[in-house]
Amino acid sequence: MASSIRVRAVQNGGVTSLKALVRHPMDSGFVKDSAGNVIPAHFIQVLTINHNDKDVFVAHWGPAVSKDPFLECRFEGAKKGDKLTISWVDNKGESDSTTATIG
Amino acid sequence: MIDERRRGFLKGVLGVGVAGFALGSGIVPFRVEAATAPNAADWPKKAFRTPGVDETISELYGMDAEESDKISVDLPTIAQNGAVVPVTVETTLPNVTRIALLVAENPNALAASFKIPEGTLPFVSNRLKMAETTDVVAVVISDGKAYKATKNVKVTVGGCGG
Amino acid sequence: MLKAKVILVALGAALVVPQALAGSSPEEDRKEVVEYFKQRFPDVPFKEFVNGQYALDDDRRSQWESLQDFPPYEFAVADGKEMFEAAFANGKTYASCFENGGIGVRQNYPYFDTEKKEVITLELAINRCREANGEKPLRYKKGDIASISAYMASTSKGKAFDIKVPDESAALAAYQDGKEFYYSRRGQLNFSCASCHVQNAGNWIRADLLSPTLGQPSNFPVHRSKWGELGTLHRRFAGCNNNVRAEPLPAQSSEYRNLEYFLTYMSNGLPVVGPATRP
Repeated sequence: MASSIRVRAVQNGGVTSLKALVRHPMDSGFVKDSAGNVIPAHFIQVLTINHNDKDVFVAHWGPAVSKDPFLECRFEGAKKGDKLTISWVDNKGESDSTTATIG
Repeated sequence: MIDERRRGFLKGVLGVGVAGFALGSGIVPFRVEAATAPNAADWPKKAFRTPGVDETISELYGMDAEESDKISVDLPTIAQNGAVVPVTVETTLPNVTRIALLVAENPNALAASFKIPEGTLPFVSNRLKMAETTDVVAVVISDGKAYKATKNVKVTVGGCGG
Repeated sequence: MLKAKVILVALGAALVVPQALAGSSPEEDRKEVVEYFKQRFPDVPFKEFVNGQYALDDDRRSQWESLQDFPPYEFAVADGKEMFEAAFANGKTYASCFENGGIGVRQNYPYFDTEKKEVITLELAINRCREANGEKPLRYKKGDIASISAYMASTSKGKAFDIKVPDESAALAAYQDGKEFYYSRRGQLNFSCASCHVQNAGNWIRADLLSPTLGQPSNFPVHRSKWGELGTLHRRFAGCNNNVRAEPLPAQSSEYRNLEYFLTYMSNGLPVVGPATRP
């Protein structure tokens, strides 16, 4: 089953640079469909990046984040081959999680 | 061939919540034990529903932010499309614990708020939605105090709709 | 089709085929177009033309490079690959309908089928494959067909377009038809494709930057930020026709296929870069 999260994590000189693309409509609740009905708000609220049981980055997102949201962040303390867990939960309570290895 | 039933099933997987296991991107199979969805309890509900930059900063951090030239906001001059505007913020301020991105002309100014734990660089890149020409304000909490920097981006309707 | 022609005549659209191009061969036309844009944009290396407006403006380019860091069409291409590899109900796959199993063939489309006497585009070939194997055809502008086409295009990334116009009357007629469409004014705004993409390439139209003809088809199917998803070339043709207030034609109609044939031939030698990102 394809994950909704695509990740690329690369370590360079002690700093891990992580880029992620998440498949999600990020509907703001302000847009109407072609029939004139409001498309209800449906967006990721929290996304976390976890390394060795520690959250190295937490994003609180609102509907102003673009569809299929992108994130880039950088942190120290990890090395090549380490595993990262990226998880998100949205305003409907849906969630997904994936792991990636630092290259 | 993905037919409607399979599509529905895929959607269902996303809706499974805590029990939703997802294998890694295929590079290294890794069984996620007790995959917990992140805790949404401290998602700043009120801050995300506040119009206006100053009001939002106040709601989010309980203080005013002072201008700082040590925060860099990387934004295009003219957004090629308001639905997807790349924004990158970084700062040389010390001991940063939080970064927030605000879009002044959006109905609710707060676009995103980030926690920067120790060991994480004060850097973030996102893609944001903007409906019109606007100031984008980056707010940084450094040593417990709030600082901000502003950059303007032109957002308008192109001639090539369709 | 007839309705569209009647509307064109009623609006007093005039056929504007540059004298120099009337009665020339496809290769002569192509060389003229390349020469025109070389002179117009002397600082743009030939292969860079596929990047359209991003070859012409730094602010645009940096936004594009930022998006390409993690392209928004990645999910669609992954979907497309899955669909391409999945078997039909009868057990066969798309690979059975295409040369080389459909991998690395994008640069040969569209081609002229000398038996059926028509232009075959990649999307048309995909649907003909489906129908030949008992499956329902897909809609032509977006969705699954765009994902499958995008996957197939991605397997040809970097390969040079090699469109052939065989030296026989039906093929040359299709090419000519496409060329005439390109240079004909249409719609309430009375613009031809050339009005924007030849005469005004590099100019701004409100907040959009007009790209040159050269290299355009190479980017399709394209992920438009405006659409928030992939769309096929014919989706864009219909959209552009709409923009000049002309009646859009159905996707994969013979006019649009001939237009694609002409356009892609003009881009011979340029690399496949699709799927790509645009505003």
